[in-house]
Amino acid sequence: MTVESTAARKPRRSSKRVSAAKKPASSEPQLVQLLTPEGERVEHPDYDIDLSPEELRGLYRDMVLTRRFDAEATALQRQGELGLWASLLGQEAAQIGSGRALRDDDYVFPTYREHGVAWCRGVDPTNLLGMFRGVNHGGWDPNSNNFHLYTIVIGSQTLHATGYAMGVAKDGADSAVIAYFGDGASSQGDVAESFTFSAVYNAPVVFFCQNNQWAISEPTERQTRVPLYQRAQGFGFPGVRVDGNDVLACLAVTRSALERARRGEGPTLVEAFTYRMGAHTTSDDPTKYRHDDERQAWEAKDPILRLRTYLENQGLADEAFFTELDKESDVLAKRVREAVRAMPDPDHMAIFDNVYADGHALVDEERAQFAAYQASFADASEEGK
Amino acid sequence: MAVEKMSLAKALNESLRKALDTDPKVLIMGEDVGKLGGVFRITDGLQKDFGEERVIDTPLAESGIVGTAIGLALRGYRPVVEIQFDGFVFPAYDQIVTQLAKMHARALGKIKLPVVVRIPYGGGIGAVEHHSESPEALFAHVAGLKVVSPSNASDGYWMLQQAIQSDDPVIFFEPKRRYWDKGEVDIESIPDPLHAARVARTGTDLTLAAYGPMVKVCLEAAAAAQEEGKSVEVLDLRSMSPIDFDAVQRSVEKTRRLVVVHEAPVFYGSGAEIAARITERCFYHLEAPVLRVGGFHAPYPPARLEEEYLPGLDRVLDAVDRSLAY
Repeated sequence: MTVESTAARKPRRSSKRVSAAKKPASSEPQLVQLLTPEGERVEHPDYDIDLSPEELRGLYRDMVLTRRFDAEATALQRQGELGLWASLLGQEAAQIGSGRALRDDDYVFPTYREHGVAWCRGVDPTNLLGMFRGVNHGGWDPNSNNFHLYTIVIGSQTLHATGYAMGVAKDGADSAVIAYFGDGASSQGDVAESFTFSAVYNAPVVFFCQNNQWAISEPTERQTRVPLYQRAQGFGFPGVRVDGNDVLACLAVTRSALERARRGEGPTLVEAFTYRMGAHTTSDDPTKYRHDDERQAWEAKDPILRLRTYLENQGLADEAFFTELDKESDVLAKRVREAVRAMPDPDHMAIFDNVYADGHALVDEERAQFAAYQASFADASEEGK
Repeated sequence: MAVEKMSLAKALNESLRKALDTDPKVLIMGEDVGKLGGVFRITDGLQKDFGEERVIDTPLAESGIVGTAIGLALRGYRPVVEIQFDGFVFPAYDQIVTQLAKMHARALGKIKLPVVVRIPYGGGIGAVEHHSESPEALFAHVAGLKVVSPSNASDGYWMLQQAIQSDDPVIFFEPKRRYWDKGEVDIESIPDPLHAARVARTGTDLTLAAYGPMVKVCLEAAAAAQEEGKSVEVLDLRSMSPIDFDAVQRSVEKTRRLVVVHEAPVFYGSGAEIAARITERCFYHLEAPVLRVGGFHAPYPPARLEEEYLPGLDRVLDAVDRSLAY
């Protein structure tokens, strides 16, 4: 009998019990893995994937460009061009793997860190920066890439995804919906309610939880006492934990979950077990709550490095490919930098735009008053001339 | 003319039926709205006639109801959700305020959120805690939401369809203690715009402005005042966001006195907003300060005390007298 199972039968009073509880739920990860941290290809009985060399290079390219974009955005924040940035560093495989599993007619409901998924959807990365620069609260048309706006309130979008998926089912369409959220969001009522609704209505939705181990400073064991993927069982649908730093496994598992949704078999929870290498956002200081050795341990599992090792060992990519990709990264970074700096502040009157679709008397009144107030400065400067 | 006499509850039911019939994208969602027809029977018979795919019984989770309605709206549906009682809306308040209200603006107008949230509200039916509240100001304060409340069967019938046709989210407050009051509904007439106030009774000495359940009380007060030789005008505001201030101003410029009446607590209530705006607009016309009659800054009391808490005929008449005494 283990210490944990003995303790579980006793009232939880002793400090010993508390220290046992600190043991992360993730200590025994049942990971689906197809590519080891050393870059070795391994088989999994339930998930198989057969990708062409070109597709493998494509996944690598996506991850490298996404990481470069992310690094550039972080730099732009440091230079004062962005008010804030939420880095995805370390989560490229989870995002590119799941993102490349999607069909064009699938619909994505992201949180605010899904820059890699946005990339897969063909959203221009510069569009993602508007809200972080403070010129809008999202700004893109969700329907042009089937990629909904970033959602900042934790977990809210899982319900939107579920409702959208209910609509997909009503329409008789065979597309699927994917909702992204984090380990912190798993504690939110909305996520539990979205599990309930999607199960009850058999909605074609995949819940893709990126467990990056930290919700700002709160570790996963502050969110849950069971491995997150096991939550699904209680709601009546399957949950699976995948190595979130393995782009092949993320692709295979997400593809399988999406196909299940398309077949009308309902939701799946995918827990991508990964790590946020950087800070929560540029306002955060992870040195205050986590040790460097943890980060170093995860660095050895880097999603990009392991695919590179595999590509090189298998002779699937030559030096020219990597050199070319470096150049492409530079071009992307330059384009992003220039686009952000050229991004104009919105017009003053934009405050009143799109508050309502059909208009509102008070908004009209305040718009007119503010316009007159603004115009009074122009009049004053005219008089001063 | 196709005028029928029916209760507000029946009018709302007929309105939903018409909406479901007219637009295949309209959906009804909520707790117990299917077989039971809702705890107030507003959706009675609709699931039987339109099926479970159109009239959807939901899990008991208000945030889930509104959150999934948002997703359905994004897919092109027009969900009409029922929150069973006023005090139960708060688990959904986050979805309504942070998501439903703001998504259109966040997308720079590229998407629309035609969601109606129906909430039976207000007291006077002897209910237990959380079943008698008037939280309309909490919603009217939020940009992106429209907030309306019918006071009679005709408005119930027409305003609900107008709310469903609106491309904006509408919080639709139904005065539950008026559900069983009957009135004439002309199902062919062209109705007033959704956000226009209506003069429910004309008068020359003072204006009573109210909405939802208090319109009836104000009409009774105006009738009682008439017996004392006072001519009181009653405005049914119908909409709390936006408020038809032009209509209030027109009335006050005529009567020079205004009393605003609602069940919700006076403090930070819609009466405060109306008093402030009308003071700005009509300062030189007013013969008395704008007075307010409403609930107290206290939790809605147990049912045995609600007659004391709710503004009744006497409290309204007292305010009329105080205003006229200036």
